Amino acid sequence: MKFLIESILFFRAPRNWRPVSSLLVFLLFSNTFCFIPVSSLAADKTYLSPKKFLKTVFKGDLPKPDVLWLDTQLRSVLKKITGNRYPGVRIRFWKKSNRTAWILEEIGKYEPITVGVVINNRKLELLKVLIYRESHGWEVRHPFFTNQFIGLGLTSQFGLSSSIDGISGATLSVNALKSIAAVALFLHDRALEVE
Amino acid sequence: MGWFNVEFVEFPKIRLERIVNSMKCRLNTGDLLAPQTKRVLAGLATLLICSIPLATNAQTQKEMWQTIQKQQRQIEVLQKAQKNTDKSVEATAAAVQEGSASSGWWNKTSLGGYGEVHYNGGDTDKVDIHRFVLNVNHQFSDSVRLYSEVEIEHGLAGDGEDKPGEVEMEQAWIEFDLSDEVKARAGVFILPVGILNETHEPPTFYGVERNNVEKNIIPSTWWEAGAGLSFGGSSGFLVDLALHSGLDVPNTGSSAFKIRKGRQKVAEATAREPAVTARLKYTGTPGLELASTVQYQYDITQADEGDTRSSATLIEVHGIYTHQISPSTSLSLRALYATWDIDGSAAKALGRDEQTGWYIEPSVKFNLGDTGDLGFYLRYSADDNTAGDAIDSEVRETVVGLNYWPHKHVVLKADYSVPAPPAGTARNDMFRAGVGFQF
Repeated sequence: MKFLIESILFFRAPRNWRPVSSLLVFLLFSNTFCFIPVSSLAADKTYLSPKKFLKTVFKGDLPKPDVLWLDTQLRSVLKKITGNRYPGVRIRFWKKSNRTAWILEEIGKYEPITVGVVINNRKLELLKVLIYRESHGWEVRHPFFTNQFIGLGLTSQFGLSSSIDGISGATLSVNALKSIAAVALFLHDRALEVE
Repeated sequence: MGWFNVEFVEFPKIRLERIVNSMKCRLNTGDLLAPQTKRVLAGLATLLICSIPLATNAQTQKEMWQTIQKQQRQIEVLQKAQKNTDKSVEATAAAVQEGSASSGWWNKTSLGGYGEVHYNGGDTDKVDIHRFVLNVNHQFSDSVRLYSEVEIEHGLAGDGEDKPGEVEMEQAWIEFDLSDEVKARAGVFILPVGILNETHEPPTFYGVERNNVEKNIIPSTWWEAGAGLSFGGSSGFLVDLALHSGLDVPNTGSSAFKIRKGRQKVAEATAREPAVTARLKYTGTPGLELASTVQYQYDITQADEGDTRSSATLIEVHGIYTHQISPSTSLSLRALYATWDIDGSAAKALGRDEQTGWYIEPSVKFNLGDTGDLGFYLRYSADDNTAGDAIDSEVRETVVGLNYWPHKHVVLKADYSVPAPPAGTARNDMFRAGVGFQF
C-alpha cells in the first residue's frame, strides 16, 4: 500500500510538482529501510574503543602496558612490511604469558584505520577494526572479512602464512589490514624476545 | 731463640712490623730469660699478634658499613633520578607520537589524486595526458566529512580544436554518519552504478583505456547533484539510494538519444526532471562482489512543457570474483551487463530505444616480491547504442594486455585492441601503452 502511494505520488503528480513528489518518494522509500532519530546524527565511526577492546580481550584483568622502542633494526623490518616509515618512536603492547595485544594504525586510501590485534603463541587470535574513517570499503570491518586472519602466522619473509581474499573497491583498506596483521605478528616475537 | 712469623693484614702494616721487630729483638736476648718466661712472653705475643687482625677487622668492617651506607644513599638518589628520567622520556615519546604542533585544519584535511598518460597507436597515433585528478577531503567532525574531486582532462582546456581538454568538478559532497550502518550524502557525487564508475584509479583496473561498455552505456564517469543514503550491514549487503539531477540527451542530430551525450556534469544543468537510482550490492564473501543497479528518469530529454517526453530505465548487473590460489598468484573474473530502455517514438525511430552492452574479463596476477606485481588479462566486450533496430550496429572488441605494478600505487600498462566494428566501419587495430598512478 505504501509503495502504491509512493508510485502514484511520483508518476501522477503534475509536472511542476514532480521534483517535490520525487523528494517525498525518496524520503518515504528510505524510511521503509530505517528510522533515523535526530539524536543519532552525531554518531561517530568508532565501532569499539581501544580501551574496551583491551578489557574484552583480557576479560577485565588488563595487564600494565609494556613498550617496544623502535630501534633501527625494528624500523627496517616494519618498513619492509608496510612499505612506509613507521611513525612514532615506540609501540605500546599488553602481555600476559604468550599472549599479546596491540592497537595499531595504517592508512587505507586517505585516512588511518585503527585496528586491535591479539597474537597468541605466534598465531593471530583476533583482528578487529576499531575505528574506520574512509568513505568506501567499510566491509573490511565485518567478521566475514576479518575472520580470514584468524590462525595466521608470519613467514620468514615477514608475510602472512596464508592468502587473504580481498574486497573489490576496498583494495587499499584490505592491504592496510594485511600489513597490520603482519606487523603485529612480528612485534609479538620481538616483545617476547625482550622479555 | 724463638721469633714469630705471623701473617699480617696490610693495614696497619708498618706498626705491626715494628712490633714484630721489637719482639724479635727482645726475644733474641734468649739466655737472659728463663724458658718459662719465654713461653709466657710468647703466649702474650701470640695473643697480641692474633688480636691485631681482629682489631683491624673490626675497624675495616666499620668502614665497610659506612661505605655500604654511603652507597645505599647514592643508589636511592640514582633511583629517584631514573624515575624522573623515565617520566621525561615518556613525555617526550608521547609528544613525538601525537605531534606537539597545535591542531588545525591541516590535521583534518587530506590530499590525494590520480593521473594517467596514454599512447594510442594504430590509425589514431596520439599521445595524451588523459587525466590528472586532485582529491581534497576534509573531516569536519567524527561524523561529517567532505569529499571533492577536480579533474583536468586532455592537458589543455579552452576554446579551439587545439585545446581538447576539460576542467571538471566531479565530486563535491558531504557525508554524514547517521549510525554504524547508515550514511547520508548531499552534493555532487558519483552515481552507484557499474564497476568503474566509482572506482577508476589507474592501478585498480586493466586496460590502458576504460572499457567501451561502461563508457558508452553506463555512461562512466557519471556524476550528478542530489542526495543519497547508504545502508550496510554485517550480512555483507549494501543498499544505496539516490535522488539526483538527470540526463539531458539531445533529441535531434546524430547524437540524438545517445546516453553519453546526456551527461550534464552539473554545469548549470537543466533540473526539470530528476532521476532515482537504487543499488543492491553483496560483498559478504571475501573476493566476491555481486551488484545490481536500477535507475529511472521520467524524461531524459528534459523537454519543455507540452513537448514529447521520453522516460528511461537503466538496469545494470555485474560480478567480480578474485581468488588467491597461492600467496603469489591470484585469479580474477569480471563480468558486466547494462541496458537502457527508452520510451517514446522519437528514440524508437532511431533504434535508440534500446542501448545495451556487456563484457567479460578474466585475468591472472603474479606477485614478484620486491619487484612488484604483474598481471595479464583478456577482455571481450560488445556494446550497441542503437540496439533497438534490426541493423547490426554492435561494436565488438577483444583486448589482450598486461599491467605491471612496480609499486602498489603505480602501474605501467600495455595492450592490443582488436575491434570488430559493424559492417561498413573501418577497423582500427591498435597497440596502446600507458602509465598511471594514484596517491
